[in-house]
Amino acid sequence: MSIKLFELLLQASIYTVTISVVSILIGFAIAIVISAMLLSRQRLFVLPAQIFISFFRGAPLLVQLLLIYNLLPVIGINVPSIVAAVVGLSLCTAAYQAENLRGGFASVPAGLVESAEMVGMTPIQIFRRIRAPIALRLTFQALVNEAILILKASSLVSVVGIVELTRMAQDLAGSTFLPLEIFASAGLIYLVINWIVALAGGLIERSLPGVPR
Amino acid sequence: MTFDTNVIFNNLPEILNGAWVTILIWIVTTLAAAVLGFLVAVARRFGGVLLDRAFGVVIAVLRGTPFLIQIFLVYYGGPFVGLSLDPIPAGIVGLSIYGAAYFSEIFRSGFAAVPKGHIEAGLCVGLTQGQIIRRILLPEMTMLVLPPSVNMTIILMKETAVLSIITVPELTATLSAIGSQQYAFVEALFVLALFYWVLVEITGWLGHLAETKLTRFRFFNI
Repeated sequence: MSIKLFELLLQASIYTVTISVVSILIGFAIAIVISAMLLSRQRLFVLPAQIFISFFRGAPLLVQLLLIYNLLPVIGINVPSIVAAVVGLSLCTAAYQAENLRGGFASVPAGLVESAEMVGMTPIQIFRRIRAPIALRLTFQALVNEAILILKASSLVSVVGIVELTRMAQDLAGSTFLPLEIFASAGLIYLVINWIVALAGGLIERSLPGVPR
Repeated sequence: MTFDTNVIFNNLPEILNGAWVTILIWIVTTLAAAVLGFLVAVARRFGGVLLDRAFGVVIAVLRGTPFLIQIFLVYYGGPFVGLSLDPIPAGIVGLSIYGAAYFSEIFRSGFAAVPKGHIEAGLCVGLTQGQIIRRILLPEMTMLVLPPSVNMTIILMKETAVLSIITVPELTATLSAIGSQQYAFVEALFVLALFYWVLVEITGWLGHLAETKLTRFRFFNI
């Protein structure tokens, strides 16, 4: 296998990383809303959030991607396949992240919130200074895990025609008859990216403010 | 947007066949992955440092790369090293190895959580290694490994959809084909999503039931 082929794979991996990062961020924003719905006491909010999580965790991501990719045009929304891919990944990761966030907010020690109320902090101040930082600290490791899962899952958007790392590897394997070398190289690139994410996650986690235990 | 139920009923035999292939592959791979994972975990615990390190590297690679890449390696790369497999065997082999990597980690943490004293006590009264595994390790770790094992079973169920990409005639492939041939994506993909969703919910519920029934043995104060 030549250096040229490896360079092509590396270039395609930029798409993999970009799609994953964008999806994780959008997914996180959606997850905040969903977890807020879950934690509210209104059944009107809780039930749709539960159905959302159950569906997006219960159906395979591939099926979700096929659904979004094929159904958006049917209901009259024509978007490029890259948008469909990002929407699919974002909704899927939002369901998992919402569960994590809910767990994080539920584990914020009640005593801390009560003491904040005692010293006269407003609910917004309590959220900004007590609840949110502690919940983020508690769910950060899960967020890093989720980022790695999405990096791997982004290989599935190759089926809707986006030339990211996996699709590039498939194309090259077909045209060069070197499937073994090319898929192994693609796997190696995924491995290195995930390793970097895990390493960076560990570094950031250590710099976050601590959690009282 | 219309919903034509005839598309589903006219293709019912095909759909049922696809569902059957999905479920069959799922059950075979889950069992194979659990057994393989257990053997790897035992080998890592009792097979010396070298074996432990070697398996550690293999597992890190399997967990760090997408399943799609692994299945491409088995299916398209296999023939180049003399391993030509049809789609279904290739799918079963690929998915079992992928699952085994995760199962072995589940069992490994299960082994690690059994108090050392219990094993030492077993050695003291003259139990053999096999007896220690069967009578002490296995019963004590059941409670710990059951929830993640159920999770893994569900993940493997969902990963079977990926096998459609290497032309395994399971439900995703069957319904995608029906959808594109008859231009009935709405109906086909609705049935597909519903099938997986219901099956995953049922599995999760059965797993929960098994947890409450099987784990009467509790030595921690959890």
